[in-house]
Amino acid sequence: MVDQLLPTPPVATTPEAPVMIARALSRHYSVSRGLFKGHAMVKALNDVSFELARGRTLAVVGESGSGKSTLARQLTLIEEPSGGSLQIGGVEIAGASRAELRALRPTVQMVFQNPYASLNPRKQVGAMLAEPLRLNTTLSAAEREERVRAMLAKVGLRPEHYQRYPHMFSGGQRQRIAVARAMMLQPRTVVADEPTSALDVSIQAQILNLFMDLQDELGTAYVFISHNLAVVEHVADEVMVMYFGSTVEYGDKAAVFERPLHPYTRALMSATPAIHKEDRQIKLKLVGELPSPLNPPTGCAFHTRCPFAAERCRAEVPVLRPFEGRLVACHRVEEI
Amino acid sequence: MPTTHTLDIANAGGSSMLLDIKNLDVTFGAGDNPFRAVAGVDLQVAPGEIVGIVGESGSGKSVTMLAAMGLIDAPGRVTADRLSFAGRDLLTMKPREKRAIVGAEISMIFQDAQTSLNPAYAVGDQLLETLAEHQNLKGAAARARVLELLEQVEIPDAKSRLSAYPHQLSGGMSQRVMIAMAIACNPKLLIADEPTTALDVTVQAQIMELLVNLQRQNNMGLILITHDLAVVAEVAQRVVVMYAGEVVEQSPVPDIFNTPRHPYTQALLCSIPEHSKGAERLATLSGVVPGRYDRPKGCLLSPRCPYVQPVCHNEHPLLEATHRGSARCFFALDDAGRPSHG
Repeated sequence: MVDQLLPTPPVATTPEAPVMIARALSRHYSVSRGLFKGHAMVKALNDVSFELARGRTLAVVGESGSGKSTLARQLTLIEEPSGGSLQIGGVEIAGASRAELRALRPTVQMVFQNPYASLNPRKQVGAMLAEPLRLNTTLSAAEREERVRAMLAKVGLRPEHYQRYPHMFSGGQRQRIAVARAMMLQPRTVVADEPTSALDVSIQAQILNLFMDLQDELGTAYVFISHNLAVVEHVADEVMVMYFGSTVEYGDKAAVFERPLHPYTRALMSATPAIHKEDRQIKLKLVGELPSPLNPPTGCAFHTRCPFAAERCRAEVPVLRPFEGRLVACHRVEEI
Repeated sequence: MPTTHTLDIANAGGSSMLLDIKNLDVTFGAGDNPFRAVAGVDLQVAPGEIVGIVGESGSGKSVTMLAAMGLIDAPGRVTADRLSFAGRDLLTMKPREKRAIVGAEISMIFQDAQTSLNPAYAVGDQLLETLAEHQNLKGAAARARVLELLEQVEIPDAKSRLSAYPHQLSGGMSQRVMIAMAIACNPKLLIADEPTTALDVTVQAQIMELLVNLQRQNNMGLILITHDLAVVAEVAQRVVVMYAGEVVEQSPVPDIFNTPRHPYTQALLCSIPEHSKGAERLATLSGVVPGRYDRPKGCLLSPRCPYVQPVCHNEHPLLEATHRGSARCFFALDDAGRPSHG
């Protein structure tokens, strides 16, 4: 349907091929430290690798400063990675021509955290949703309107909302509009950056259900960025835990949630409050906060806060290696 | 008004309550259609008690607390049958007297510490101002006290932070500074309005632990306003659930989480992912909190309530005693979570 009207990506993919493959993806920024001090490198994203298949959800978890949003900007082609490889729909983006990138962008869409800031206040909902079609397809105005109205119904908005402006909607409805806009071009992947953290719990539940329903219906793959582990456990197929720009644990949701192995994953889970006593874990307390990216710690980036840190952790950077059915980057995972 | 478990204590002890609010109304706007943002709220907090207030945005949690502190300005109007703090009537008190209490004996911390601090002054100076204003503490003694406060809220290397500006602090550190400021005058009651919502979970855990430790050490009353039910479940002794400006249920922990009596409390609990582990879809409450123009006539939850009956559309339920608390529902839920009309 829409696929025929969209520019076809240069290489065809079989349904089984991953929609997105990242290999050692990195993004480093050069920042000025002052007039005579020269530049410093901030390594916002280091060697992140994953594969994402059609209709699956990869959840990326971590605190602010862990590189989650930097990852989102690379995956949505908003920024160019400074190292590593990223394949979207079988096309390597490093060295891709502008035309190729232009053809790829409609296949990866994004939903942002704050629906109060991500919608243009001067545009009617109908025009906002029609814009991706206007720019990327040859549909006529009438056909565009038809698609927009169908999408409004699909995300649970009413036909009369077509001509309304964003300020006339509640937070949850705005996030529905943002989801609808991301879905207009039937992307293969949607990157959602904290899509429910600005919403009340009851509204969060509505939006999460909407994400799940659309995935069932359209087979969209999600990269779901969140710091809320309860939400992640609900939506994810696979979980990637990030700390200070690097992956510290990556694996199947069931494996990671049943027995988190990296001390940081364990700390995150035990810090998450729970309603019922039996769901509460023994608190693994972390001291301090994320180190400064301008002055990164030696060895394992987590050693400054890790209750299990040993001499080796201060000296040597741990590599991500397979252990008990997932990947973990910790020197002492066998012992702790 | 039917008496409830906690109201009994309040009536027996009278002035023993730290904060005692009865039938509080906050109204905005005039003319023929004024808006009651808070309607008939009763709330008691005992010394040393932690009370959680939960509800969605627009349920009146923050406005209730602002009204209690006398921070609602005209054209907002505050009326109440009783509004007393530690036995003193806040309604009839002179503004001058009230200023001596608010900020000293009752203090408040807000959600976003970084916008609550003044960006143009160093952290130490902002703390000094509080001490000078309320305790007339100046000079070296005040500086020593500031240092002590920063150490009390576990700010590492406190001495060097005195001259730091808010933009140089992380979110967690700013919230610690806010807490230091709030406890500077040893308040009897601390109101924390979404104190950890803007923070990461590991930092949230640190801040909550700090708040509870301070509360225990100083035997403060603590009102914790939040929409995160799990945070409340871990620290509060009693929970008040608000909806559209009214208290719809109040009950001790853990009863309120195990056997919610009001359909709204039940719906809130069901909508969190923790509750529906393994389920494909989350249980949701359709729609949103009614605003100024779409308040229903009967029970305010009636357009969204899964158990709605004809009477709910026409009559407004009162807060009635339940097993261990009270609920505002004609068909309060039983232990199995079913409405009492069967």
